[in-house]
Amino acid sequence: MDLLTIGQIINTTLVFATALIFASLGGIFSEKSGVTNLGLEGFMVFGAFAAGIAAHYAQEAGMGGTTSAWMGILFAVVLGVVVSLIHAVASITFKADQIISGIVINFLAAGSTLYLVKLLFEGSGDSPLVQGFSKFDVPLLKDIPLLGEAFFKNVYPTTYLAVLFVFLTYYIMYKTPFGLRLRSVGEHPSAADTVGVKVRRYRYVAVMISGALAAIGGAAITLTTTGTFSHNTVSGQGYIAIAAMIFGKWNPIGAFGAAVFFGFSQAIRNYVQLFEWSQSIPQEIIYMLPYLLTIIVLVAAVGRSSAPSALGEPYDPGKR
Amino acid sequence: MGAATPVVELKQITKRFPGIVANDAISLQLRKGEIHALLGENGAGKSTLMNIVFGLYQPDEGSIEVNGKPVIIDSPNKAIDLGIGMVHQHFKLVQPFTVTENIILGSEPRKGLNINYKKAAAEVQRLSEQYGLKVNPHAKIHDISVGMQQRVEIVKTLYRGADILIFDEPTAVLTPQEIKELMVIMKKLVAEGKSIILITHKLKEIMEISDTVTIIRRGKVIDSVITSETNPNELAEKMVGRNVTFKVDKKPATPGNNVLEVSKLTAKNKEGISVLNELNLNVRAGEIVGIAGVDGNGQSELIEALTGLRKVDSGSIRLEGKELSNHSPRHISESGVAHIPEDRHKHGLVLDFSVSENIVLESYYKAPYTRKGFLNFDAIKKQAKRLVEAFDVRTPSIETKARSLSGGNQQKAIIAREVDKNPELLIAAQPTRGLDVGAIEFVQKQLIAQRDQGKAVLLISFELDEIINVSDRIAVIYEGQIVGEVLPEETNDRELGLMMAGSTQKRGTVHE
Amino acid sequence: MNNVLKWFTRDSFILPIVAIIMGLILGGIVMLIGGYNPIEAYSALFTKVFGDMYNFGEAVREMTPLIMTGLAFAFAARAGLFNIGGEGQFLVGMTAATFVGVKFAGLPIYIHAPLALIAGAVFGGLWAAIAGYLKAARGVNEVISSIMLNWIGLYLANLIVRQFLLLKGENRSVDISDTASISLTWLSELMGNSRVHMGTLIALVMAVLFYIYMWKTKQGYEIRAVGYNPNAAEYAGMHVNRNIVKAMFISGMLAGLGGAFQVLGVFQYQTVMSGSPGTGFDGIAVALIGLNHPFGVLLGALLFGTLTYGSAGMSFAADVPPEIIRIVIGSIIFFIAAQGIVRWVLKPFYSKRKKEKVL
Repeated sequence: MDLLTIGQIINTTLVFATALIFASLGGIFSEKSGVTNLGLEGFMVFGAFAAGIAAHYAQEAGMGGTTSAWMGILFAVVLGVVVSLIHAVASITFKADQIISGIVINFLAAGSTLYLVKLLFEGSGDSPLVQGFSKFDVPLLKDIPLLGEAFFKNVYPTTYLAVLFVFLTYYIMYKTPFGLRLRSVGEHPSAADTVGVKVRRYRYVAVMISGALAAIGGAAITLTTTGTFSHNTVSGQGYIAIAAMIFGKWNPIGAFGAAVFFGFSQAIRNYVQLFEWSQSIPQEIIYMLPYLLTIIVLVAAVGRSSAPSALGEPYDPGKR
Repeated sequence: MGAATPVVELKQITKRFPGIVANDAISLQLRKGEIHALLGENGAGKSTLMNIVFGLYQPDEGSIEVNGKPVIIDSPNKAIDLGIGMVHQHFKLVQPFTVTENIILGSEPRKGLNINYKKAAAEVQRLSEQYGLKVNPHAKIHDISVGMQQRVEIVKTLYRGADILIFDEPTAVLTPQEIKELMVIMKKLVAEGKSIILITHKLKEIMEISDTVTIIRRGKVIDSVITSETNPNELAEKMVGRNVTFKVDKKPATPGNNVLEVSKLTAKNKEGISVLNELNLNVRAGEIVGIAGVDGNGQSELIEALTGLRKVDSGSIRLEGKELSNHSPRHISESGVAHIPEDRHKHGLVLDFSVSENIVLESYYKAPYTRKGFLNFDAIKKQAKRLVEAFDVRTPSIETKARSLSGGNQQKAIIAREVDKNPELLIAAQPTRGLDVGAIEFVQKQLIAQRDQGKAVLLISFELDEIINVSDRIAVIYEGQIVGEVLPEETNDRELGLMMAGSTQKRGTVHE
Repeated sequence: MNNVLKWFTRDSFILPIVAIIMGLILGGIVMLIGGYNPIEAYSALFTKVFGDMYNFGEAVREMTPLIMTGLAFAFAARAGLFNIGGEGQFLVGMTAATFVGVKFAGLPIYIHAPLALIAGAVFGGLWAAIAGYLKAARGVNEVISSIMLNWIGLYLANLIVRQFLLLKGENRSVDISDTASISLTWLSELMGNSRVHMGTLIALVMAVLFYIYMWKTKQGYEIRAVGYNPNAAEYAGMHVNRNIVKAMFISGMLAGLGGAFQVLGVFQYQTVMSGSPGTGFDGIAVALIGLNHPFGVLLGALLFGTLTYGSAGMSFAADVPPEIIRIVIGSIIFFIAAQGIVRWVLKPFYSKRKKEKVL
């Protein structure tokens, strides 16, 4: 296997990891504030859907391919925030079981997006093909051996955006007052309350951010790899993102690493034919790989001891 | 204390919750520079009142004045703005954060968009020195001692400019020495112009440090007196409403043979540190051994080892000669060990089960409660009815969910269950925590009754008074070992406090 | 009479009913927005299900696997576990049953069919026990592990069908032997030639067994204790880990049995699936609507099955896309989960009733 192929594998890994990075960052915001968010899958679906629709109509309206793609991202964010409010209202204000609420979001996502696609596009199960983001090359850097192929050639803007967000998230979480307060709300909401930090407000904001980020993740899939939205587009990546978040111990850098790892397990599916011995392995085993790896990783990861202490418990100021 | 305007005045404060009037027309005055104690037993309404002052609850009727001006305190922020700060009983500290981060939370000094940590640490240092509150600005909360955690709580209030400090049961978790240190701190705060409300049910501390005492019972103010003009008996009587004896009524013990023999018990935790360090302990039939110690010195681990919930690495636990270490909880229970757990909600009861289901929590699998795999509800109900009656557990029915019972009645149900097992050894961990005086009396009577019937009783409690009053023999635990054994009538707080803090000075060599 | 009335007005009865009504109304609103007539749509739905014997029979057939996956989720929930892996357990059980049904030809029917059913149950149970074991032994969150196992189960099912059971040239397995089938021809004829099968009866029996096991036996007592408070259960001497694995196993057994029914009772073969059928997830909805009680699950399956089967009629007669039903169902669960919303709606009616707490 030559350097070129290795570089390409890294490149593909990052492309697949992009959606996972966004979604797991979103999960981190929500869970660090104490709200379990199993609805990441649903948010990604809504985001992928919004992107597919918005980009299509933007293209129809004459905006260029890339501009339409950015419109797709924009609408994904909007829809993600709106839908996340459902989860927020249910879990925070009405103190519903957060796991059930998240799963309900996923149900609703699957059903309503498919309904709307069929409604808008005459019964078709797929949204029309959009151009999406185009790959581009970074001048100069693209010619570095291996690194050029891996990071600077044929890259999507969404990948760079994802990495940017990783550092942004880290900065916000650990350097700003907002981040300190958000984390306090997730660890010891009553402590935060007594110093005047509004627990509910921070949780609402955190959940909305998670909706937005996860939606961007879903949008990234539609606008880069598939070009269209169907019920198959997200297929479990929201849950893999949760595993990445756990594996990364709720830390943005850790989640980034974990997302890359899972992205790799998906990318390898494309390249496995290169290996002679892969011919004798049934294709189903290859498809299983990301999910198998997720379990192995969860078993090996050292427990959930790094979870925010108040995770999953609705805050009841009356209970003092 | 002339006719100066009180720093804080509460006028006819009333607060109702469904089914109960927590505060009933309470009036109280806090003067500048005074330490004003608020005395009442659990459930009297002290915490509710202070939560109102701190803005966490709103009164249904009545008004508050700060420095003569009427105010509405509708949030902790408002209270903080008015200069009111609260040092909570259960610390409101975020464990993985540093001392500094906890102190500045919500009022962080900024540098552009970031938090200015340097400035924060400097400010913490300054306050620490001004008021003599030793804290390490960069340590994480889960690494520091309980005493330092409390000091962090105090600095938190000072950082926000508090002039009025409310201390909620501050000495519950401290050793006698740390309590003395706290008194010094409080005197210093007052010298610097602060005013303090001290919520407590500890009469000794009230007598020692407060200027005024207001006694609350069942939501109403009973009286407000000057401390130097009263005494503990008078206070206790006002608090409870009847004559209270401090000494528990008991005959002298007539201990028999060793029932429990623990020798060289060692257990390590995940990090490889010994939480039980070659611990030796005996309990004889017909005696109550009380274990005194500061929380975190191995009490919980000892109980876990004795009840089969923790693996021991070496040493032995013998019950009447039978080796019990590293056996299953069920085997140990069936061998004659009963246990009243310290956290009755977490370990003692299944709150969503009915009272009767809880009564058979440890016996459901045996005849007559189970026949051929099926539960025998008649037998279960009969047992539950019998125990509920015998132990005066107040419940509308035995099918009521345990969750609906009061703390005292929940504890009674647990005691009923454990005592009915007719154990050789009864382990009681914090058995009177959170109970009112009536329930406390009941529990202590039960322990003594068991001892009179020839059982071996092991009592673990953080309330030194309880240990001294109830035990026949006191063992002090420190860092996983028993470091001293004394007789209650031959020792005092100070000596116990020294041993609890690890000083190995034994009796007879203690100087004032 | 008073007692009956009291039972009917209990929280646990009113809440789902109101949630269902709210969900239907919401669905109606969505239809109006889409330009459809909700009255027409809902009556088309009703007619489809209850209109004639054939359709009713088919609707019952469709409800049957939902009962099983619903019972599966409800059972695990009673032990405090979120078994989202019903989907995978369903497929693994299905595959095991197909395997026995195809490969073990030559056995008499009173051995072959039960054997195939047992295989489906056992392997579904084992598949779930994996997630249970991971949770008990390693603290792995069972939600994620079971979701991953769903995907692995899907691919595993396809793998086995393709490698060992494939009908040449087709994308499905060969038919199972007649001796493994559990279809009931006499009942089918009675019900307009719909594909009803013994599985429905077995499912009803399972619901009753669930009830008896959970509330009348010592083992059920343990599972409930562990579900409510694992700490207290441990203190009382119960084996928490053992109960977790046991509960997951039984839960998986129920789901696996449901999968077995599909092959042994309905299709008589198993396809290579491009995607998960979704029965496991629908079972979660059914269980939530039924408040995790076996008899509630039966009612929930009735509702769910009626809605989904009828949605085809809705699309045919009133032109409404059937996906609308998923929105209706999603909303119903949402309202049940966020009970607060329903209570808020019912506040004016509640103020007459006073809750008393013992002090």
